[in-house]
Amino acid sequence: MYIHEFSDPDCQDVREVGGKAAGLAQMTAAGLPVAPGFAVTAAAYRSYLRTGGLQEFTRGVLDGLGSSRDQSAFDDAERTITERFAQVPLPEEVAVPVRAAYAKLCADTGVPDIAVAVRSSATAEDSVGASFAGEFETWVDIVGADAVLAYVHKCYVSVFAGRVLSYLAEKEIDPHAIEMAVVVQKTVRARSAGVMFTLSPTSGDRSKIVMEASWGLGLSVVGGEVTPDRFVVDKVGLEIADRVLGDKIIEYRRGDAPVDVPADRRQTLCLQDEEVVALAALGKKLEKMHQAPQDIEFAVDEELPEGSNLILLQCRPETVWSHAVRKPAFDAAAGMMSWITGSISGATAAPAHAHDASHQH
Amino acid sequence: MTDIAGTTPKSTARFPFFNEATTPAGGEGWESMYPYYLVPSEETTEHENKQFWFADTMHWSRGCHPFDSIGAEAVYLGVGTFSTRIFALPVSLGLDVRVVNGYVYISPLAVEDPARIQERVAIFQERAGYYYANWDELYAKWKTKMEGAIDSLRTISFPHLTEYDPAEVVSEARGRSSAMAVIENYHRLIDEFFSIWQYHFEFLNLGYGGYITFFQFCKQAFPLISEQSISRMVAGVDVLAFRPDDELRKLAALSNELGLNPIITGDTGADAVLAALAETANGRTWLAAFESAKDPWFNYFAEYGFTHDQETWASDLSIPLQGIARYAVKIAAGEDISRPIERLRSERDEIVDEYRALLTGDEARQFDELLGLARKVFPYIEEHNIYVEHWSHKIFWEKTWDLARFLVAAGFLDNAEDMFYLNRFELDTALFDVVDSWAIGVPARGKKRWQAEIARRRPIVAALQAAGAPPAYGIPPQQVTDPFAVMNYGVTTERVQDWLGASGGATDTLNGIPGSLGVVEGPVRVLRSEKDLPLLQPGEILVAPITAPSWAAAFAVATGVITDIGGMMCHAAIVCREYGIPAVVGTGFATARLTTGQRVRIDGKAGTVVVLEPATPADDATAVAAL
Repeated sequence: MYIHEFSDPDCQDVREVGGKAAGLAQMTAAGLPVAPGFAVTAAAYRSYLRTGGLQEFTRGVLDGLGSSRDQSAFDDAERTITERFAQVPLPEEVAVPVRAAYAKLCADTGVPDIAVAVRSSATAEDSVGASFAGEFETWVDIVGADAVLAYVHKCYVSVFAGRVLSYLAEKEIDPHAIEMAVVVQKTVRARSAGVMFTLSPTSGDRSKIVMEASWGLGLSVVGGEVTPDRFVVDKVGLEIADRVLGDKIIEYRRGDAPVDVPADRRQTLCLQDEEVVALAALGKKLEKMHQAPQDIEFAVDEELPEGSNLILLQCRPETVWSHAVRKPAFDAAAGMMSWITGSISGATAAPAHAHDASHQH
Repeated sequence: MTDIAGTTPKSTARFPFFNEATTPAGGEGWESMYPYYLVPSEETTEHENKQFWFADTMHWSRGCHPFDSIGAEAVYLGVGTFSTRIFALPVSLGLDVRVVNGYVYISPLAVEDPARIQERVAIFQERAGYYYANWDELYAKWKTKMEGAIDSLRTISFPHLTEYDPAEVVSEARGRSSAMAVIENYHRLIDEFFSIWQYHFEFLNLGYGGYITFFQFCKQAFPLISEQSISRMVAGVDVLAFRPDDELRKLAALSNELGLNPIITGDTGADAVLAALAETANGRTWLAAFESAKDPWFNYFAEYGFTHDQETWASDLSIPLQGIARYAVKIAAGEDISRPIERLRSERDEIVDEYRALLTGDEARQFDELLGLARKVFPYIEEHNIYVEHWSHKIFWEKTWDLARFLVAAGFLDNAEDMFYLNRFELDTALFDVVDSWAIGVPARGKKRWQAEIARRRPIVAALQAAGAPPAYGIPPQQVTDPFAVMNYGVTTERVQDWLGASGGATDTLNGIPGSLGVVEGPVRVLRSEKDLPLLQPGEILVAPITAPSWAAAFAVATGVITDIGGMMCHAAIVCREYGIPAVVGTGFATARLTTGQRVRIDGKAGTVVVLEPATPADDATAVAAL
């Protein structure tokens, strides 16, 4: 099998699809929305290497390096291998299913010639789950099946990039142990995007989910270039507790340069209530999966139909409050009568004062 | 908001002092009607002018007849005794009380001396600890005591005076006149009333204490948690307070079953409906069920039972019949009218599980313990009302009317109603006069004197009742810290500031306590008394000084509820949450500021009432024309 869609259970086999694709497949399986796409498996890579004696060729080139740790030697090897690979297109047994999968992605999303991101999802036989973060490349806005094939090919070539070869040597990983799976995934067209904490970042309240979002890509929020809209959602019950309108002066339509937001949209909430609640539900789910508060990046895709347009981009554990020691309400050693005495003596805030803090209007 | 309150210029703004209060025209001379200690005096001015006093319109939404001020004595004797002397609440004494222009005002008293607080902490922990540790057993005893007091009240009678004492006085060699019973029973009536109010406070503040502690735990663990979320974790406990309304629902269902809806929903008046029912076999079956529901479940005031002139469901059967008719119509239309208790419970359990899952192990243990405590005390907080404010009060007022009829029969009064223009001490004097004059064989010596006094007082009371009460007097506190004032009366720092600000000019928003979730828009119907309940139309938002669960007919019709007084645990809030109707309570002024027909939006989460259209003279004219 050369292709696994994210929704395919086999796509969770990290040996065949690499860590990145397996992670996306796990999220898909858990019902969490990620940009749709498919993985081109390690088997496809092996098939390519079998084509035209590429495997033997690369082995020969790399053996020729001997014990050299000279970067220019790695760069020479890259040039040699790249030239050779350029003459060998993907075999039909790989190219045909990739074309078919791309066509299906276009059909599924309803976007002809959909722009995709092509991402390396490398794995290594002897070091399953090894992180190659930053070593392999990602290309976005790739359009058309021919281009997709070209970039899958680029992924394969990238295994033998001088920089990578040097890295692998340093880690004492045999480049032939690397198996290059590839993720082909819809490029997110963010109408709105932002970040979400599965607790209140200001008070540490774990019963709240707080999100900040602005128009366009999340860059403007993360970079602090706008005052984002702010939403507070009750984690229990998933009701919106607060909406604070921001002032969203610029937006990134593409990753390159910001554009001004028209006046009417600056003062309009960039997320609808249903979107806020649905995103919060996703946050809650991620927190449960990871059993710790999470810091999540998300986007609302403007090309996908409503209902399937919420996309999770990144998820990592929240670190500030998760490690803070909370002051207990009552001394656990003291016993209930002491707690009651404290409560009715105004030692802690009386109900109505506490109540006021929760209704800032 | 805490910050905002902190930076609000408090300056020296204050409410008028009692000695600056102006008496409404026609109300002059009101001071003489009440016991001296309930009335502001020169001797107590210094104390009074240091205090903050707010109107207890929760218990007395109208100006008090002189006799009816007995409630203000009994209630605040009860609070004071248990807070100050029995359980020694560490930082709060009782609530001082005054009647001003006929309205009841109360003032929380704080303990500030640290040594005294420490001393009281030790006593409180020991004594209250005993109650919390034995709650179920002591609460069972409480019910027995209350039932005993109610039974004792029932035995009180005021036999009319006859020319000669009954023969049994001689045949049984009693050695004393049967007329002695009149004086004795009057004293018993008063004493039992005070006892009942002692019992009332035996558990109440401890109950609130348990709830507040759970509340504060939640606030600490989840700083942004809403009051409703906390309340919902305690809700769904089945309590007696819902029984009367449940009885109405059952009778409505039975009416449907027996095909009696055409009679029951007919707009012919209670007497005609009951007469028509008696004519058929099915009707008689239904009437039997109606009769058996009556006692005790219709011993229920349509409002709070703090004045002699309020109807109970039992005394005005049109109230329960209306409720039944409204439910019957809904059932016939295929609506499910059952209180969603199962849904509430499963929602509650879900919420509890989710919050608990967010806590650490230690916290979860505290959470469980305090939730258990809150749920243990909750039934008392709701149920004591039925025993005290409804069942006991109903019999108490019945007996006072018996006494009034005794005075009419004795020729001392022209109308039974007149008796309530005397306060309880004056009445004691007058009763002695009646019995003593009878014994001696002379006409009552004070008949003309008291009738003249009653004639003087009648227009005074009318003028006071027509005038309404300002929400507060005296110096507002920087912070309202008494958790009981907050919880029971909804008096918070912000409410007090609203009251202060409200005199400065009208705004289009009223702030209150978020009582029950939900947002609703619609025309309001301002009702001052349960007597006006039939005016409430479907789709209207009910505005009342205070509501009680007994306003069942209203809850079946109103789309939202706004009250002048009450906190998150007041009855209106509890009941609205259980019924799923949005409510904003403790607004202070809603009945005064809103006019029937005005459109408002209430937000039961934010605790706000936004007036969507100003009252216009035309509205007022329409309202008058409609009446």
